[in-house]
Amino acid sequence: MVGRSKQTQSEAAPRLGHDLIARPRFAAPRNKTMPEMTRLDSGRRRIMLTVVMFAMAFAVVTGRLVVLGMAPGSGGDRLVAIADNVGPIQRRDIVDRNGEVMATDIITASLYADARKVMDAQETARLLAQALPDLDQASLEEKLSGNRAFVWLKRDMTPREQVAVHNLGQPGLAFQREQKRVYPNGSVAAHVLGGVDIDNHGIAGIEHYIDRSDATTGEPLVLSLDLRVQHALQTELQIAVDEFSAIGATGVVLDIHTGEVIAMASLPDFDANDPGSASDRARFNSATLGVYEMGSTFKAFSVAAALNSGRVQLSTEYDAREPIRVSRFTINDYHAQKRFLTVPELFMHSSNIGTAKMVLELGREEHRSFLGQLGLLTRTDIELPESGRPLLPGTWTDVSAMTISYGHGLSVTPLQVVAANATLVNGGFGVQPTFLRRDGAVPRARVLTTETSDAMRALYRLVVERGTGRSADVVGYPVMGKTGTAEKARAGGYARNALLTSFLSAFPANDPKYAMLIMFDEPQATENTYGYATAGWNAAPVTSRVVQRIAPILGLRPVQSWSSPVQSASFATAE
Amino acid sequence: MIRLSRANRSVLSEWWWTIDRWTVVAILALVALGIILTLAASPAVANRLSLNSFHFVYRQAVFLVPALILIFGVSFFTTRQVRRLAVVVFFGGLVLMGATLLIGPEIKGATRWLPLGRFSLQPSEFVKPAFVVLVAWMFAEGARSKAVPGMSLAFALYALFIGLLILQPDFGQATLITLVFGGLLFMVGISWFWIIGLGAVGLGGAIAAYQLVPHVASRVDRFMDPASGDTYQIDRAMEAVQAGGFFGRGPGEGAVKLILPDAHTDFIFAVAAEEFGVLAGVLIIGLFSFIVIRSLLRALDETDLFVQLAVSGLTLLIGAQALINLAVNLNLMPAKGMTLPFISYGGSSLLALAVATGMLLSLTRRRVHAGAQPAEWRAYA
Repeated sequence: MVGRSKQTQSEAAPRLGHDLIARPRFAAPRNKTMPEMTRLDSGRRRIMLTVVMFAMAFAVVTGRLVVLGMAPGSGGDRLVAIADNVGPIQRRDIVDRNGEVMATDIITASLYADARKVMDAQETARLLAQALPDLDQASLEEKLSGNRAFVWLKRDMTPREQVAVHNLGQPGLAFQREQKRVYPNGSVAAHVLGGVDIDNHGIAGIEHYIDRSDATTGEPLVLSLDLRVQHALQTELQIAVDEFSAIGATGVVLDIHTGEVIAMASLPDFDANDPGSASDRARFNSATLGVYEMGSTFKAFSVAAALNSGRVQLSTEYDAREPIRVSRFTINDYHAQKRFLTVPELFMHSSNIGTAKMVLELGREEHRSFLGQLGLLTRTDIELPESGRPLLPGTWTDVSAMTISYGHGLSVTPLQVVAANATLVNGGFGVQPTFLRRDGAVPRARVLTTETSDAMRALYRLVVERGTGRSADVVGYPVMGKTGTAEKARAGGYARNALLTSFLSAFPANDPKYAMLIMFDEPQATENTYGYATAGWNAAPVTSRVVQRIAPILGLRPVQSWSSPVQSASFATAE
Repeated sequence: MIRLSRANRSVLSEWWWTIDRWTVVAILALVALGIILTLAASPAVANRLSLNSFHFVYRQAVFLVPALILIFGVSFFTTRQVRRLAVVVFFGGLVLMGATLLIGPEIKGATRWLPLGRFSLQPSEFVKPAFVVLVAWMFAEGARSKAVPGMSLAFALYALFIGLLILQPDFGQATLITLVFGGLLFMVGISWFWIIGLGAVGLGGAIAAYQLVPHVASRVDRFMDPASGDTYQIDRAMEAVQAGGFFGRGPGEGAVKLILPDAHTDFIFAVAAEEFGVLAGVLIIGLFSFIVIRSLLRALDETDLFVQLAVSGLTLLIGAQALINLAVNLNLMPAKGMTLPFISYGGSSLLALAVATGMLLSLTRRRVHAGAQPAEWRAYA
């Protein structure tokens, strides 16, 4: 039987059955006469090895599958198809100092099309234009008839719109979940909040600050703003803008000790949810980005500089009888007194001549460095990207010093003015304005002496009690401040009838806590103002209205009686 | 149903009592899974190609009937009939492969298909199992008689087949065939000296392919360093497996099939894992390992060298193809156009697999001769 062919084997097999007799010969030890058997035996080991290798390979594949499939984060709602097109990030909310929501994210649906799946572009476009009337049928048809796998049709739809499109039942249309930034208070603090682009990236205001900061997500960002104060300020300003037919208005309320901006308004304003429809002027933040020649309010800084030097006393007198003529300029007084004026008098009567002479006596460099210490000569470092750079004279001459002394020839932002004013009345400490709530201790750096600060409080109060700011006062919440009326610079000079009126104030005078600036851009005279459009007739009374509204909100107690610093200082006022 | 008694000596009864019923069950389970998964994966692809949603399902179902007929029909063959079938299919297939090169349309840069009315035929799929059986026969004959130059003939067949595959070109099939041929050489018992030598030659061939064929190089590079190129398909497949988790996202809930061009063929396993979870994946892998290991263990007991080699070779063919596809789906090796046997869509592939499994079932039937004796009988020898 040795070496029998397989043919014979397979044919013989049925007849042989389980051939026990044949076994021993088959199982004989390997020898060269039975090559097939030897191969079978070594082959068996090889097959066994193959089995082991296959088993290992299948085990590896199974292991890999289990590791992948059971990995943390797998399963559940993970979306595969849009994995490389995940929606924009969830931004952190913005809240005011009391936790009121000012900006938050909501989930919206955005409509896109896979043009390859659209069956009838014309019909689909017609139905879509019906469901979404703000879309143009022709451009829809053009988008849908291409062969593009992805084309946006409308971002951030309302649920009502989404249902309308869904009910069309047209193939090829689909929704993408997206985050949309919403500002529940509309235009309130719109300039502070700024805005985001269509992909939820901050592009202005605090939203831009969030993108620059380390944390774009997570805990809400707490602002220094008080939503209630902000709202009061904004509505009062709007009423006044309508009343005085002004182009615009600016208002800033600042905590004089911490530098926190409690409210900041810039009119005209815009709905933060729809900045696209607003004009450039409306989107412009006049409070931090606009720079202005402030006019007479600036005299406060000049007087403070002079008093702080120690070389000028309240009783020092300046000759205000004649206008000053320097080269081609003439410096005049609006409320000309034609006599010698003490420092309180020149402040109260807002004498340009007296202030200019005072600053000349002080010296232009000392005046300049004092303004620099108050932060009026450099760009203020605030959270908003919209921070204006002051416009300085090309060369700081004596003439520059004289004009700057009463607020011309140097343009600064309203916020800078309010922050500098805070230093004047808070005891003399430098103030760094901020839009974020300060929870820790505020670093205090002395800029001027306590005496100077006390004197400035008295001088401010004097203006309200006896000067141009009488209409700013509030019963129970004594106000102190300084009016300013500047002619707006036009090509070739100043425009006599285009005014920038402002009232720089602090309240309550008995214990100053807040500094405020109210400013109007080209207010017009009305019947009630007897034809006047100066600050005393608009900015000052509006300051009064605002203080009346916000002082109770800010938790200030009205005072029944208090000793005005005007009396206690017993100024030399030669009326 | 007719009761088949062991005393009944009819052809059907013989078949029923000698066939490896467990393997039959496993293969039928895979075919059924294939239909379910084609239902899951292919409508998305069909929609993308603007075809009827169930285009691929219908076509696969159409092929199912002849496939089942082939599996069971061939499993009735005797060993000799299997060999004859292999000879006919092999040489017929080679002629068709030659014809493919001359008249076949070029699809995705290769000429592998022969148009046949509404269908197209990939002859190389059918040549594969026939080649394995013929090589096993050559080895067995060569071992039996020095008069037959079995080894040389086997190498000649291999060269002929590989040459035609490379002309198409189809490096995936060439690799698979080389792997199976090497496996057969290994199991026929060539010395380790030659194994190492041929292994070195194979490695050299792989390196040459990497150096000379740009798309092979690109695929390997992208596997080694995903940042070096586009790994879109495999990345999406990975995410699909991860998204599936243990129980899957549920039938029809998969998302990967919407974006993968080869969701119904090369990447059907990823679709299965996404929709039906790790559970389904393990079931599929389990069925393949069951078939492979059971068939190899049956080959172990064979005394006929031809049968042993042919069974091992066919098992190797199906098992290696499945493993390569699974490994690619799970990002364990570079992307390689290889379908998952029985599961992936493809008419030629299914029919050829039917022939292969038919042969496998036929060869693993218990033949009533000495080799079929239980192990303990041999122990007395």
